[in-house]
Amino acid sequence: MMHSAVLIATMSIVTILTRFLPFVVFRKETPGYISYLGRVLPPAIIAMLVVYCLKDITPAAYPFGIPELIAVVCVAAVQVWKRNSLISILSGTVIYMVLIQMVF
Amino acid sequence: MNARTIRKAFYKSIPVMAGYIVLGTGFGILMRNAGYGVLWTAAMSLFMFAGSMQFVGVGLITGGASVLTTAITTFMVNARHLFYSISMIEKYKDAGPYKPYMIFALTDETYSLLCDGTTPEGVDPDLYRFLVSLFNHSYWVAGSIIGSLLGAVLPFPTTGIEFSMTALFVAAFTEQWLTTKDHVPVLTGLICTLLCLIVFGRERFLIPAMLLITLVLTVLRRREEGRL
Repeated sequence: MMHSAVLIATMSIVTILTRFLPFVVFRKETPGYISYLGRVLPPAIIAMLVVYCLKDITPAAYPFGIPELIAVVCVAAVQVWKRNSLISILSGTVIYMVLIQMVF
Repeated sequence: MNARTIRKAFYKSIPVMAGYIVLGTGFGILMRNAGYGVLWTAAMSLFMFAGSMQFVGVGLITGGASVLTTAITTFMVNARHLFYSISMIEKYKDAGPYKPYMIFALTDETYSLLCDGTTPEGVDPDLYRFLVSLFNHSYWVAGSIIGSLLGAVLPFPTTGIEFSMTALFVAAFTEQWLTTKDHVPVLTGLICTLLCLIVFGRERFLIPAMLLITLVLTVLRRREEGRL
């Protein structure tokens, strides 16, 4: 148990260091290159996270990623229509749950 | 103004609530099954607040990994946080006393809610960002404790509810697409990540993808400046 506590402390410290490191390194002034990255990275990373969430889909085997595809299209369509992430996330999640619990 | 800030921050955090409570519950159940009680679970969720790393962490503590292995694994799994922090340096610049906590609590989901840099009209931007982070953290801790105490006794079938996290990112993606004219960064992210997924496989594509995205965006900046 003592060892577990040490490992948890290690994970906590390394996680905190990872999050603080860029803020500490660039605390005085932000170089132009870093503020450029601050501007263009968010959209790129959001795209990366979408792919990351869908990485376990198996397009070649049942259910061929169809429930995910339907739910993703639903979220995007409702977002375009209503411009409200709460409604789009809720509708997409409910559709996905119905699809994988009852249809597929 | 503060009441409005609290209300707006809570509203912003609602999409994360379901996902965090469910995933947190999953983490609590996993910890319980591994023989760790509610205090261990709550401590990890309070002091780490890193979803995927906590799941990996259960394996590390039950397997009795070494401190060095644990440190390296944590850094590899969390390397993406470097990129989140880099893109929030300017946005969190004036956050004053809120800043350390906001950096500590910068998860994937909090990042996706705050990374576009906008805040609602008539709120204190720094308090708003602080509260969004705090609400998300509280859902995560609450979910972990629920999972640890109640185990698998849940009143309705929750299979698939974890899709709310995917939906959160898809909604952010769509909104981002609608509000900006320059689609080069988002397409760079999409294409580089898909490419790395194909080349490196689903277990280890994330770090190569981040490096490739940074490289491509850096080259694009040179080109942009050359044109100016």
